[in-house]
Amino acid sequence: MSNPPSLAELAITFNHIALASFGGGLSAWSREVLVAEKKWMEDEEFLSAVTMCRILPGANQVNLAVFVGVKFQGIPGACAAVFGLTLIPVIIAIALAYFYFQYHHVPAVQGILKGAAAAAVALTLSMVFKTGKKCLTGLVPVAFFLAIFVMNGVLRWPLLACLSLLAPLAIGWAWPRKARG
Amino acid sequence: MNLRTLTQILLLFSSLSILSIGGGNTVLPEMHRKTVDSYHWLSDKQFADVFALSQAAPGPSILIVTILGYKAAGVTGAILATIAMMLPAAMLVYLVSRVWEKAKDAPFRKAFEKGLAPLTVGLILASGWVMSQAADHDWRAFLLTGVCTVIFATTKTNPLILVAAAGLIGWLGWV
Repeated sequence: MSNPPSLAELAITFNHIALASFGGGLSAWSREVLVAEKKWMEDEEFLSAVTMCRILPGANQVNLAVFVGVKFQGIPGACAAVFGLTLIPVIIAIALAYFYFQYHHVPAVQGILKGAAAAAVALTLSMVFKTGKKCLTGLVPVAFFLAIFVMNGVLRWPLLACLSLLAPLAIGWAWPRKARG
Repeated sequence: MNLRTLTQILLLFSSLSILSIGGGNTVLPEMHRKTVDSYHWLSDKQFADVFALSQAAPGPSILIVTILGYKAAGVTGAILATIAMMLPAAMLVYLVSRVWEKAKDAPFRKAFEKGLAPLTVGLILASGWVMSQAADHDWRAFLLTGVCTVIFATTKTNPLILVAAAGLIGWLGWV
């Protein structure tokens, strides 16, 4: 990367990500924009950043905006990215809150949201194919992938328990070795 | 709106911010307990509706706190709740990401990136799985999700078009 993105570009990009995520699927949209479209980071860096942002307290997507903002422009970059990510959604949330507590029901919107939510799930699922292609290249990574899916998704174990069990093993497996055998 | 409510908003959400290890949704039960049972800002049913709204609205799902803050203390409360929920955690991420950038070529960073990748993909599948159980209530919704997944995975269709089309299908009452 020759030119790091400017503050305005960071804000606009995260605003774009946020607005695209109508119906959910924000993290899939993040990859779509940050990795595929803007090429600001590689899949590997993106995935490790996503996991770090999940482990740390705070909303994952806000954390990711901070991470990407700091990477390119330090603290001002983090502020710009978070500002872009949240400004319009906050306005929308306040408007929704106003309407909801005023009228209690927005029936037409509920149908739209139902459909949009089904597609947002699809976007998240398709991200599994797109990101999995690169890193699920052997028996060991596939085993890690399946193990954490079952623990966290099917059995609903807390994230922290799953990661404290599997992350040390995975990192040990991936540790660069001097002599490759 | 008064100073006491604003102080409650500030203290509640900034402490939840630090406690929300693993993402905003992990502190939802505590958020529910405080806002409904302790502070009586809204009813149980309203909390459930507000949660659904915040999930579907664009932006970080944690913006449920914006709506809760609004209910408690109007627009000031909404903005205060949002900032309180983001700032403490964001400062922590800042510190960690500084260390991360400095360790560009360190073996531990390489091992982290390579080792965590398959785990993250597994977690993405897990969240898709959990989301589909919340979003897809019958076979038609599952079918819609399935078809959209295949389209997303195999073509370069702009996701926004597909999400809009799915919204239209929902509006027409087909799912």
